[in-house]
Amino acid sequence: MSKVYIDAVGLAAPGLVSWDEALPILRGERPLVPAPVSKYAPTLLPANEQRRATETVRLAFRVGEEIMRSGVDVSQLATVFASSDADMMVSHRLCMALAQTQRLVSPTDFHNSVHNAPSGYWHIGARSQQASSAIAGHDHSFAAGLLEAITQTQADRQPTLLICYDAPAPEPLHEKRPLASAFAVALLCAPDASSRSIASLAIESLHAEAETQLNDTWESLRLSNPAGRSLPLLLHLAERKSGPILLRRSARSSLALQIAPV
Amino acid sequence: MTSASQSLAITAYTATSALGLGRDAQWRALAAETSGLRKQKFDVSDLDCWVGAVDGLDTALPEALAAWECRNNRLAQLALAQDGFAQRVAALRAKLGGDRIGVFIGTSTAGIHHSELAYRARDTTTQKLPDWFSHRHTQSSFSTAEFVATVLDVNGPTFSISTACSSSAKVFAAAERAIRIGLCDAAVVGGVDSLCLTTLYGFNALQLVSGEICRPADAVRNGISIGEAGGFALLEKGPGKLQLLGYGESSDAHHMSAPDPHGGGAARAMQAALARAGLEPGDIDYVNLHGTGTPANDAAEDQAIATVLPAATACSSTKGWTGHTLGAAGIVESVFSLLCIENGFAPRSLNTLTKDPALRGNILLKSERRPIRHVMSNSFGFGGSNCVLIFGGAA
Repeated sequence: MSKVYIDAVGLAAPGLVSWDEALPILRGERPLVPAPVSKYAPTLLPANEQRRATETVRLAFRVGEEIMRSGVDVSQLATVFASSDADMMVSHRLCMALAQTQRLVSPTDFHNSVHNAPSGYWHIGARSQQASSAIAGHDHSFAAGLLEAITQTQADRQPTLLICYDAPAPEPLHEKRPLASAFAVALLCAPDASSRSIASLAIESLHAEAETQLNDTWESLRLSNPAGRSLPLLLHLAERKSGPILLRRSARSSLALQIAPV
Repeated sequence: MTSASQSLAITAYTATSALGLGRDAQWRALAAETSGLRKQKFDVSDLDCWVGAVDGLDTALPEALAAWECRNNRLAQLALAQDGFAQRVAALRAKLGGDRIGVFIGTSTAGIHHSELAYRARDTTTQKLPDWFSHRHTQSSFSTAEFVATVLDVNGPTFSISTACSSSAKVFAAAERAIRIGLCDAAVVGGVDSLCLTTLYGFNALQLVSGEICRPADAVRNGISIGEAGGFALLEKGPGKLQLLGYGESSDAHHMSAPDPHGGGAARAMQAALARAGLEPGDIDYVNLHGTGTPANDAAEDQAIATVLPAATACSSTKGWTGHTLGAAGIVESVFSLLCIENGFAPRSLNTLTKDPALRGNILLKSERRPIRHVMSNSFGFGGSNCVLIFGGAA
């Protein structure tokens, strides 16, 4: 199967505040010092949308805007947003309101509750009229989103921005869906190699059995959030390593990718 | 390597909505012009509005699927059981192997109604959610796709698409691309969305729910009626009697919950779908509109229609029959489009008493019986997510 190219990366995770700052940590040159992901004020959003945007929307913008700062014209980009749980803070507030007798629902909460809310805000902020999808794959959401981003890039020969993110729920929902911390990653996929390209990526199989696991430093972070499942890929990118990467994509199967530095 | 998109055969399809179970029930109601909307309450709702509810969702899921118990998965199960759809997939699985069949399912709210019930059943002292609540099998958006893949026992690429009211139109685009680059040889596409308080009270908070039955394109239209539905189609390579000819996707980049009043994003998606299908605007015999019945949607969509298609092109919304089935609207209206082709039928705009004189499109006020070869189906969602599909029948 043909290759796509990774041209830029955005990252926000505990102790990994951006892709550039994460590089020495991912390479093992500096220790990982976990700290909560700080609040972020998107630069692309107009003031009125800025007010309505939730923490989860801001998390997605943070990694998308990191791609923009690398010099990419985001107004021309199609996007794939991948998330397991959309905005659990918002769904919690809606379910709480609907459990009261008055059932007073905030209209802003309702429009923020759609799974594609970050996609909608992003295309407004980035002024991109290109297509956008919003995909869910539970714990396999990164693999599902990456598969769709690679597919779009290859099938339509156009660059595609993947933004994968999830943020923890408040209690009592947190007990039922315990994500340890926020995590977001953005990958710009391109159909052809260019001076920007960091690595090539090819799908080898959709039906591998194993899954790439990590050493003690990284394994708990990988499992802490569906977007954390991107860490095997991020470690290869940071260390400029080639090799197979196996990402669980369903209860039975893994997506096998071959990555090579460019 | 990449190739231009090719048309895919639709070898099985089904829908279950307020009109009844399966394809024949949908067709009979379309032909007889009988709406499935009823003035009734859902759960503890006290909203005075019409809803399109599916009957027959009181039966529990089979024991083996008990973990998935919720209204949305019951609806998925019921819809899969109609028209021999699951058997068709099983026959194809025997031929291709389950690994070569993808599953792409649209949903906007999945099993959120189950979460609403769980929050009402919170422990009064600890606030804990009840033991019976499984977030993963119900509220999680992936639950709908995973449930369908589990029931059908297929294991090609599988995910949910959740782009509000365009969700189960966009699944056709995802499936076509996946088949084209060889990730699978066939795909089950579809969508399931079920009634819940979140959407009833949410749309009501946005003042988008009508107190009357929804009247798309009417001069006095004032909002949507919410419905629920599930539907599926089986896409395979090669020629067929019914085909997916093209699709177009775009973003409005305008507003989170209101359409671009000029219909710019909708028009771009329509043009992209025509280009992909290799058709001229004049080739479209009938447009199944998104046509929600809100003042803003119908006006914006009319702008797009006027921009892209000849003035005489026959158009109507079928939401007067089913209500707005949200994340299932794309698949329900795809099924209606296919029924129109198979039966040579263009439905009128049901419940429309007086056409809004500001609308320029040729909104059908009487159903038409004539050969229909190419149908365009529009789906637009919150977040400015647009998807347009074009279906065709054999010449």
